[in-house]
Amino acid sequence: MPEFVKLAINALTAPSIFVTLAILVFFASLKFYRIWTRPKFALGLLVASILFFLISITDAHFQWIVSQPDNVPIMAMLYVVGFFYWLSLRQAAINDERIEQGKGPMEAEETNDRVHVWPDLVYTEFIASILGTAILIIWSILVKAPLEQPASLTRTPNPSKAPWYFLGLQEMLVYFDPWLAGVVLPSLIVVGLMAVPYIDKNPKGAGYFTLKERPFAVGGFLFGFLVLWILLVFNGTFLRGPNWNFFGPYEDWDVHKLVPLVNVNLSEFIYVKWLGTGLPASWFWRELWGILLVIGYLTILPPILAKTLFRTMYARMGFLRYNVMIQLLLIEFSMVIKMYLRWTVNLKYIIAIPEFFFNI
Amino acid sequence: MAEKTPVKAKSALAQAWAMVTDSQIWTSLIRHGYPEDARTRSLAVLTNVFLHLHPAKMRKSGLRMRYTWCMGGLSFFLFLSLTVTGLLLMFYYRPTAEYAFSDIVYLREDIPLGIMRELHRWGAHAMVITVWLHMMRVFLTGSYKPPREFNWGIGVLLLVLTLLLSFTGYLLPWDQLAIWAITVGTNMARATPVVGYEGPLAQLLKLGDIALVHAGADARYFLTAGRLIGAQTLLRFYVLHCVGIPLAATVLMAVHFWRVRKDGGISGPM
Repeated sequence: MPEFVKLAINALTAPSIFVTLAILVFFASLKFYRIWTRPKFALGLLVASILFFLISITDAHFQWIVSQPDNVPIMAMLYVVGFFYWLSLRQAAINDERIEQGKGPMEAEETNDRVHVWPDLVYTEFIASILGTAILIIWSILVKAPLEQPASLTRTPNPSKAPWYFLGLQEMLVYFDPWLAGVVLPSLIVVGLMAVPYIDKNPKGAGYFTLKERPFAVGGFLFGFLVLWILLVFNGTFLRGPNWNFFGPYEDWDVHKLVPLVNVNLSEFIYVKWLGTGLPASWFWRELWGILLVIGYLTILPPILAKTLFRTMYARMGFLRYNVMIQLLLIEFSMVIKMYLRWTVNLKYIIAIPEFFFNI
Repeated sequence: MAEKTPVKAKSALAQAWAMVTDSQIWTSLIRHGYPEDARTRSLAVLTNVFLHLHPAKMRKSGLRMRYTWCMGGLSFFLFLSLTVTGLLLMFYYRPTAEYAFSDIVYLREDIPLGIMRELHRWGAHAMVITVWLHMMRVFLTGSYKPPREFNWGIGVLLLVLTLLLSFTGYLLPWDQLAIWAITVGTNMARATPVVGYEGPLAQLLKLGDIALVHAGADARYFLTAGRLIGAQTLLRFYVLHCVGIPLAATVLMAVHFWRVRKDGGISGPM
C-alpha cells in the first residue's frame, strides 16, 4: 500500500474524524437500507473490506496489532457484527416492502405452522453444538492463548488496558471522569436496557425484523450498540497506544509521541477568557454556569422536545414514560456532545468541582 | 411402549436389535419407540428431563436460523462448554500468588495436546460476542414486547453476569495482562459516588471527624480485598469465577428458559 494512502487513513482514523464518519455512515446505512442490503451490493462491501484487510496486513504495525491473540476475536467480531447488521436490515427491507404491499412480514406466513421440536429443533441444536465445538477446537489449535510475564505491580505496562469488552468504557474515560464513565454510565446502560420494554409502547414490530415501523427504537438501540459500544471497543483496541494516545492503524506505537494537553474547563472559559476577572474563590460561583447548563440540558430540553420533535411520541407515551425515555436518550447523546466539545474547543469539564471529586 | 414385532421375518441383525430394545434395561431407559410419529416425537421431548425445557411443538418461523441467528442457543452451548473446560482446568490450577502463574505455564507447556486453556479463553470471548448478538437480535425483532418484558430484564442481568464471569476469569492467569487489566477495571470502583473514596460525595459518610469511606474501606477495597491487586484478590475472583457467578447465572438461565416457554415460545408475529 502506498505511503500516502497509509498517511491518509491514519489521519482519517483520528477519533474526531473517525467517529464523525462512523455516525454519518451509520445514519446513511439506516436511510438507504433498502439499497445497500441487496445481496450483490452487500457482497461487494464484504469483498472490498476483505481486500482492504489483506492489503493492510502487509503493513508491519497493522499485522502486529491484529495478530495479538486477544485481538483476533475482536477482528472476527467486527465481521460477524457487520454480517448480522446486514442480515437484520436485509430482512427489515424485505418485510417493510411486504407490509407496504399489505402482505405482512415473512415470518407471518409460517407463524401458524406448528412443527415438532423433535426432530426439527433438537437436530438444529445438535448440529449447531457440533459446529460450535469444531470451530472452538480449530480456533484453539491455531491461536495460542496469550501469556505475558508474571504479574508484577512494580512494572506498569504502557498502555494498560481493561479487558477488551470494557474498552468502550475506557475510551469514555478520555471524555468523562471515572465516576461517570466507569460507574454511572455502565449502571445507566443496564438500567436503561431493562427499562426498554416498559418505555417502548409501539405495538408494531413484535416478532419480525422491521425498520419502517419502529425507526426510533431500532435507530436508538443500534446507535448505542454499534457506534457507542462496538466502535469504541474497536478504537480502544486498535487505535489507542502508549499513554492512551491515538495511533493510526499503520502508525508505530511510539512511547514518546507528544500530544499537547490544552483542555480548559468551562469556568476558565467564562471567568478567565471572556470576563477576564480570574476564577472566583468559592466553588459555587465558579461552577454555577456549568451547573445551570447541565440542569438546563436535562430539564429544559425535554419539554421543548415534547412540544416539537417528539409531539406524537409524547402523546402516546404519557408523562412518566416520556421523561424516563428522554433522560436516557439525552444522557446517551451527551457522550457524543462531550466528545465534540473536546475535539472542537478543548473543553475539559462543564462542571469541575475537584473539592468533591465531582466533575462532569 | 415398544411394540412386539414378529421376530421370524427379520434378519439376524434386526433380531439382535429387537432383543436389545425389548430388554428390561432399554425399556426402563427409553419409554417410547423411535420418534417417528406425532405421539412418539412428543414423548421424546416430554419424557426427557433435558429436552422437556422445550415445548413438544413450536412455530415454524421460530426455527429459522435467519430469524433466531441461533445466538441464544450458542450462548448456552458456550456456557456448558466453559463449565466443562473450566472444571478440567481446576484440576491443574491453584489460585495463589505463588502457584497461579506457574500452573498456567505448566498447562501451556507440559500437558500433551493441551488446548483446554485455549478452549476456555476463546469460548469465553465468543460467549461475550454471542450474548451481545443475541441481545441485538431480540431487540431488532421487538421480542421484548409484551408479554416478554420481564424476560428481557432477566436477559440483561445475564449479559451483566457474562461480562462479570469473563472479567473475574481475566485475572486468573496471573500475568501482566491479567493483573493490569483488572487494575484498570477495578480502579473505576474508587470513583463510585458515596461509597468510593475518590467518588463524588465520598465525604458524606462519616462519624464526627472520622471518614467511613477511605482507601482501606470503599467499593474498590470490597472488590479487590486490598488496596492493590494481590493474593486476596486472586482468591476472591477465583471463588466468584468458579462458584458464585456461575451459580447466579444458572439460576437466572433456568428462569430465562422457563419464561421463554411460559411467554409463548420463541417470538413471532401475532
